[in-house]
Formats: sequence, structure tokens, C-alpha cells
Amino acid sequence: MATVARPSLDLDSLRREFPALQQDVNGRPLVYLDSAATAQRPRAVLEALRAFYEHDNANVHRGLYELARRATDAYEAARVTVARFLNAPSPAEVVWVRGTTEAINLVAASWGGANLRAGDEILVTVLEHHSNLVPWQLVAQRTGAVLRSVDIDDRGRLRLDQLDELLTDRTRIVAVGHASNALGTINPVREIADRAHAAGALVLVDGAQGAAHLPVDVQALGCDFYAFSGHKVGGPMGIGVLWGRRELLDAMPPYQGGGEMIARVELQQSTWAELPHKFEAGTPNVAGAVGLAAALDFWDAVGREAVQAHEDALARYALDRLRDVPGLRVLGPDSTEARTAVFSLALDGVHPHDIATILDADGIAIRAGHHCAQPLMRRLGVPATARASCFAYTTFEEIDRLAIALEAAGRIFA
Amino acid sequence: MTGNQPTPQLAALYQELILDHYKRPRRQGQIEDPDVDIHMMNTSCGDEVRLQLRVVDDVVRDARFQGTGCSISQASLSMMADLLVGKTRADALALTRRFKEMMHGDTDAARDRRLGDLRALAGVAAYPVRVKCAMLGWNALEEGLRKLAEEKGV
Repeated sequence: MATVARPSLDLDSLRREFPALQQDVNGRPLVYLDSAATAQRPRAVLEALRAFYEHDNANVHRGLYELARRATDAYEAARVTVARFLNAPSPAEVVWVRGTTEAINLVAASWGGANLRAGDEILVTVLEHHSNLVPWQLVAQRTGAVLRSVDIDDRGRLRLDQLDELLTDRTRIVAVGHASNALGTINPVREIADRAHAAGALVLVDGAQGAAHLPVDVQALGCDFYAFSGHKVGGPMGIGVLWGRRELLDAMPPYQGGGEMIARVELQQSTWAELPHKFEAGTPNVAGAVGLAAALDFWDAVGREAVQAHEDALARYALDRLRDVPGLRVLGPDSTEARTAVFSLALDGVHPHDIATILDADGIAIRAGHHCAQPLMRRLGVPATARASCFAYTTFEEIDRLAIALEAAGRIFA
Repeated sequence: MTGNQPTPQLAALYQELILDHYKRPRRQGQIEDPDVDIHMMNTSCGDEVRLQLRVVDDVVRDARFQGTGCSISQASLSMMADLLVGKTRADALALTRRFKEMMHGDTDAARDRRLGDLRALAGVAAYPVRVKCAMLGWNALEEGLRKLAEEKGV
């Protein structure tokens, strides 16, 4: 490894591709550190959306005219791009949804509704975002299944020792995030999948915080479902992906009924379309799919390894730099452990909301709150945290500005 | 804020008086067998407050609160609880209205002496997302007084 030159990012030219980054906020150049909530979009994505609506706009899979053909081709080509990105065996396993949340709701309602029985167990973790928790609560209430959860250790890592105790012959599915949106912990998905499968359970991976930052190869990860959102990889909002193993998707009942998802409809009953259309009722977000594929192509051209190397370096630099800020604690894994460049911050005597307001006055955008992970906040014993999250376009200078502004916040409250 | 110096707007938000109430909150605690006991949560941020009042002959005799929150929500609660003692229910509701007006940028309300120390929070109006922090305690007060009126049938 040491002899291989690491691909590097040309940050200046990369940043120029993101129009939203080229602005001042409150008189200072914007420092956007909320990419875990939503990433900024490169020009290529904005142009793909515009080109679709200006030239190819038509409904898909229906019309017999030129524009409908182009729209359908673009929509299905985008699916192939996603399948390649995920290393999915087939594009037919790639289902378009609104986002990670809808993908998980789809699996919980469709697979869960058809397969869970009273007393069955769903295994989640205390790290999960509400979107990988509440859909399971809903289906558990409906079916009588029971939710159990894996705890974390004091550095925010999943307690794999507990996993073995919690995985029993009653466990039907393990729902786990690829990476924590609040702490940045990268979960050992392959290991979890192996153990879950050995216990006879399926594995769903919430990839909302994984797809943009980590290698995603659903076959190598060994999972059964993988969900992610377009807007967190620099694509448009309102489009996302559910990947599932074909035999599972084939056996699952539809999630929503309507046009597009049927084969033959009679007044009393219908038969369903082939995969993936069985799960795509109604007019889909065609432009969104095209934009998401443009985002994936964009990162291909930039180089995913270079992005990952840069984000790794950022994480190490930030953890080091932030250690110098008086009274500041970074929750979660330290720099020697598997983590993304997402930092949950606790500053002595300063509430996260006040941190966010003070940083905003300096043009720095962070998130303050529970990060849709209330059980995790309770587990950590904090009502909320201030979260700074990076992406490929984040610079080392921006981390410096974050640290300086945090020091200033500490002084205001000293 | 440019480097080290807070902007005037930020300095107006984080005045000494507000920071003082945040760090040394007045009237934090509990009342035994209170006439008003209300729990309220700001769902967007997780801040919570429990507000308790002793109301005798229509006058607030004691006000106490517990909870977690940012400087703005805690300072607002601390100042509010201080101001409420000795006020009638009608006074308390009038103050609530006046405080809301100040949060909506009403400059007359921001100079209204009846609001006392709370006028220091006038700068919050420049930060619309923080107004709900300042309102947390007042929303609890309003809800608590409404329930009290229901219970007493007045």
C-alpha cells in the first residue's frame, strides 16, 4: 500500500463546480458544514436537471413518441448507473424511491408486513436515525413483532459482543446504518451481515451517510437491502434508491398501488408489473433519477478514492485541531477508528443552539439539535449536540475557521 | 462575527443580562402541590421545560421551573418566572401578549417597562429561528393558565 501514490483532489477546481459554495454569508465566505443533512450540488447535476426539463421532458414507459422515448431511456440509463455504483447484480433490483426514509418504510411495510409474526424480532441499534427506527416500530405494532437494539460503547462503536446475544432464531431482520449521522461511526456491515445471516436474519443497511463517503458494493457488504438518498451524494432532493436482492423483492407485495406498477388490472383485482416497476406506482421523479445519475457520474470523474482519502485526512486533521479548543469535546470514535468526517460537538457551558447562532454570524453553517437520533442523544446523556459534517469540497482552512469560531463562542459564554 | 469580535447584532443577542440569567437562573426548582404544573417540549431541538405556579386568589404567589435548553430559552424562563410573582392571571396573559409582540419585532413592546429585564431579549427578534426558544416558557405559561381556568371553571 505504501508504495502506491494516493490519488489527490484538486480542491480549488472541485469547489468551483459547486455554485452554492461561491457566496458570502453574513459578510464572510460561506463555510458549509452541514453536508450530512444535505450536500451541495455540482453544476453537472443542475445542468442535467435543466437539460432534462428543457429537451426530454415527458412521462416514462407510456408514450410512443420521441420525447417519451428519450425520457424513458434517460430514466432507465440512470438506473443502470446506480446499479453499477452499487455493484448490484441487476438494474432490476434498483427501485427508485423518494429517499432513504421511503426505502426503509417500503421494506418495513412490504417485507415486514408479509413476513413478521408476533414474537419475531427486529434488531436495530441505538445509533439509528429515526428513519431506520420508526418504520420498524410501525410494523412491529401492526404485527406483534418486537424491537431490540444493540448498544454502543463509550466511544460510540456498536457493541458487537451484544450482537451475538441479541441474534437469536427469533431475529428476522437487522436494520443498521452504514455510518452514524450523528457520531460518524462506520459500522462493520460485512461482519454484522455474516453474523445475522448465520442466525437466519436478513440485513438492511441505511446508507444515507454511507453512499457519499464510503465504498458501496452491496455484494461485498453482504447485505440484503441497501437504501440511500440522492441529495446526500450531491443529487437532487426527492429521489433515492432501494436496492434489494431479487428473490426478496420478487416475493414482496407492492408497497403502493397505482399506474406503472401493474400488469393487468380488472375491477376487482390486478397483477403486478415485473421488477423494479412493481414498486414504482405513479409518475416517478424522472428528473431526479437523471440528476442522481449525474451526481454519481460526477464523483466517478473526480475519483471516489481521492474523495475518501481527502475526507479521511480531514477527519484526522479536524479531530486534532478541535482538541485545541478549550472546553470542547468531540463525541464518538477517535482518529484511529473507522469514522466519517462528521463531528458531534459539546462545548462546556454553551448550548448547541447558541453555538449554531454564533457560528452562523461568522458564515459557518452547522446543525444543532438531536439529529433525528433522540435515543442516541439519551444514550449519550445530552439533549442535543452541535454537528459539523464535511464532504469532498470541505477544506482544511474551513476546519480552522470552525475551530476559531468555537473558541469565540466559548469566550462569549465564559 | 469577524474573527474575534462579535457583530453588533450578535452582541445584542448575547447581552450580559441574558448570559447572567442563563448561568445563574432565578427561580429554578419545584413547588410542592402546585396549582399549575406544565411540561412543554420544543420538538425541533429537544429542549424541555417544566413550569410550576402557585396561584392564590388569582395572583401568582410563586413560580418555579426546571429544564434544559439554550441560553435564550433559559434566560427567558428565568426572567419570566421572576416577573410573574405578584401578577394576576390577567396580568400574566397581558405580559405574554406583550412579549410575543416584542418577539415579532414590535419596537414599542421592546420599550415597554412592564416587561422589565425581558426587554434584553428584544434582539432575539432579529433571529427568527430563535424566537421559538424565547417563547418556550411563555407557551408553557399560556397552556398552564388555560388549564387552570378550565379546572376552576372560570
